[in-house]
Amino acid sequence: MKVVAKRPESLTEAQFHYCPGCTHGIIHRLLAECLDELNLREKAIGICPVGCSVLAYDYFNFDTLEAAHGRAPAIATGIKRLLPDRCVITYQGDGDLASIGMGEIIHAAHRAENITTIFVNNAIYGMTGGQMAPTSLLGMITTTSPYGRSIQQGGYPTRMAELLSQSEGSAFICRTAVNNPANVTKTKKAIKKAIQMQMRGLGFTMVEVLSTCPTNWGMTPAESMKWVGEHMIPYYPLGEFKVKEEA
Amino acid sequence: MERVLMKGNEALAEGAIRAGCRAFFGYPITPSSELAEYMARTMPKIGGVFVQAESEFAAINMVYGGAATGNRVMTASSGPGISLKQEGISFLCEGELPCLIVNLSRGGPGLGGIQPSQADYFQATRGGGHGDYHTLVLAPSAVQEMMDLAMEGYDLADRYRIPVLIMAEGTLGQMMEPIIMRDPVTEFYDKPWATIGCKDRKPNIVNTLHLSPEVLEERNIHLDKKYQEIKAREQRAETFMVEDADLVVVAFGIIARIVKRSVMDARKQGKKVGLIRPITLWPFPEQIVARAAETARRFLSIEISMGQMVEDVRLAVNGKVPVEFYGRIGFTPNPEELTRQILAIAEREGF
Repeated sequence: MKVVAKRPESLTEAQFHYCPGCTHGIIHRLLAECLDELNLREKAIGICPVGCSVLAYDYFNFDTLEAAHGRAPAIATGIKRLLPDRCVITYQGDGDLASIGMGEIIHAAHRAENITTIFVNNAIYGMTGGQMAPTSLLGMITTTSPYGRSIQQGGYPTRMAELLSQSEGSAFICRTAVNNPANVTKTKKAIKKAIQMQMRGLGFTMVEVLSTCPTNWGMTPAESMKWVGEHMIPYYPLGEFKVKEEA
Repeated sequence: MERVLMKGNEALAEGAIRAGCRAFFGYPITPSSELAEYMARTMPKIGGVFVQAESEFAAINMVYGGAATGNRVMTASSGPGISLKQEGISFLCEGELPCLIVNLSRGGPGLGGIQPSQADYFQATRGGGHGDYHTLVLAPSAVQEMMDLAMEGYDLADRYRIPVLIMAEGTLGQMMEPIIMRDPVTEFYDKPWATIGCKDRKPNIVNTLHLSPEVLEERNIHLDKKYQEIKAREQRAETFMVEDADLVVVAFGIIARIVKRSVMDARKQGKKVGLIRPITLWPFPEQIVARAAETARRFLSIEISMGQMVEDVRLAVNGKVPVEFYGRIGFTPNPEELTRQILAIAEREGF
């Protein structure tokens, strides 16, 4: 019998705690598959965020650290500078990366740290109960923007991929989505490319993945996937924003 | 033995390097910047890492990552910068990541001033950030000790898997004294817990989140056991003419050196005065102070603060005899001023 699909070795057998329809599970698996295929599991060191994926260290079957909110890129810097041949990955959400960790991520990019960031953008704070994120769309109703996000009250949604692509230190900046099978495939390719570029020492790499939060968006999983396509992608266009071929 | 003239900040940096420090992560602030500058010059020459972080948050988290690789790493700052690092220090303590943190302390609160100060004593000895924890705190009082305690600090850090904080007044960082260079450390601790990639073993996890109340309590009990062990084994202080003293002065850091002169001046005038100089601020040398309280008639805590260590002196003396306090802020008192304070008490009490 031929095995056509199996659990990646880079994932443990622990059951995900994520809500039904949440796409963290898909993204965890894509990262794990990439590390397996690149034979990097034993060289990988992951830094987990504060947010819904705070327990990611239970799911990744490689060395991991749990970071303070937003500080993952600084921790990754400390590790990568001392162990330059390892594969160092931060996995961060939008509150973690684009709000409290804005300083850490921008400077990691500017310093051309050879790390890979998986940035999961679902436009809301999930774990704390659906508050407005820097990436929440205008008009979006959250528990801290109960009348809809307005420019006057909450300012504009932050486009991180575009912002970080401006940094000379970034080598690969890409935005993908996991709202349909074709985009899931593209996301996997992007993650793999980012990791390969990290291992070539080209500089900072990030894949921003547009994700869902059915629970806090107040939608079914199917409606959430549709909402990504109809509302998020128009404001957060998909594609490669920066591809550096040489260091 | 090599004898050289060195600045305190540089002696501390050189001591750290001789103890095997291979990475420095810092952010500029007066009066600690020379330490970072020394590391910036030296690290590239020895194959080490120097990163000027964008903030104190980033610097302490780079330490978190660096320490997790099993390497000896450090950061240094001063008052306001150390406040910013407290989030990271809490995580380092629960993650049990050994490292060296240096506070070249200056006056506060707020921006305060850049004069030497001991007003960060509470912050240093009570944990400083959120949660039940302690760092081991060492207080040098000479440039030689800046080097010695940096080296010993790494040993304590690795032995107990705890961040070690060196608290030295800005004066000690800035002043120059001849010191004897110590030999480099050649033997290091095994760190099977380090996150360096899971080749031929199960993955390691450095984590500080414990959602289950049972696990959270278990972790806190585990940390407390370690703290109790450190309290039992590592209390250190220098004592000077304490045996027959009526008045025992307790002072640490640069002030202790000034007090020593005042103690000798008071002795010349027939007053039985002694000095206890805590070298570990946490654990506070309560056993040594308690022993002195069996024979002394009065204690005096002298600090560059409005009175912080005096609380630990009172706890250790435990009501046996009165404990007085004298402090300045912004100024470092001179020996004459302290001798006057000491003699005034001796005369008032008829010692």
